[in-house]
Amino acid sequence: MGLIRDEDAIEIRKRLEVMVNPVKLIHFTQELNLEYGVEAKQLVQEVAALSDKLSAETYNFLLDKEKVAEYGVDKVPATVVRDGKDYGIRFYGIPAGYEFATLLDAIISVSRGESGLGEQSKEKLAKVTQPLHLEVFVTPT
Amino acid sequence: MRLAHRLALENDNIRADCIESTEFPDLAAKYRVYAVPRTVINESAAVEGAVPESFLLDAILKALPPAPPAAEAEA
Repeated sequence: MGLIRDEDAIEIRKRLEVMVNPVKLIHFTQELNLEYGVEAKQLVQEVAALSDKLSAETYNFLLDKEKVAEYGVDKVPATVVRDGKDYGIRFYGIPAGYEFATLLDAIISVSRGESGLGEQSKEKLAKVTQPLHLEVFVTPT
Repeated sequence: MRLAHRLALENDNIRADCIESTEFPDLAAKYRVYAVPRTVINESAAVEGAVPESFLLDAILKALPPAPPAAEAEA
């Protein structure tokens, strides 16, 4: 049984129609000792099937060391949202509940290459000239 | 959360992780996550709540290490 209900899938397909460039969801997981590992992987794959411009790749956190290093992933489940470029956008844990909407937002923003930030914010942001790591802690409900 | 990802999209120096607290309790404890969302900046400073864009940006700029003189950030 799918995690995304049929009626929701129709809505999500519609939302994803605004995508421009292809987006890849790079998912990292492991087989054992991962509470929502199976569900997270399934959710990512189900979302990826909802647009021709979306695709998913899954890697094993323990075995695919090159990919783990390439994306700097340090815990699983992890999902990278990227197009031809990796912007540093990551989801750790299952992107369900509120975070599902955040995932769709990230997919669409990346695909359109539009951050949606105001001009003032962009000016301020230009002052960030050194590596900056933001970790936003959330809960699914 | 969306805001952090948008910042990462806009600026190549920024990476933004959305972390599901209940799946990573050790990390949540390390950063004293008692309420969500909580945004941790460079493993040190933190902002609690779904704050406006300008508020988060100011917090980020404040948390940055001193910039080289040519690119002095606002204090």
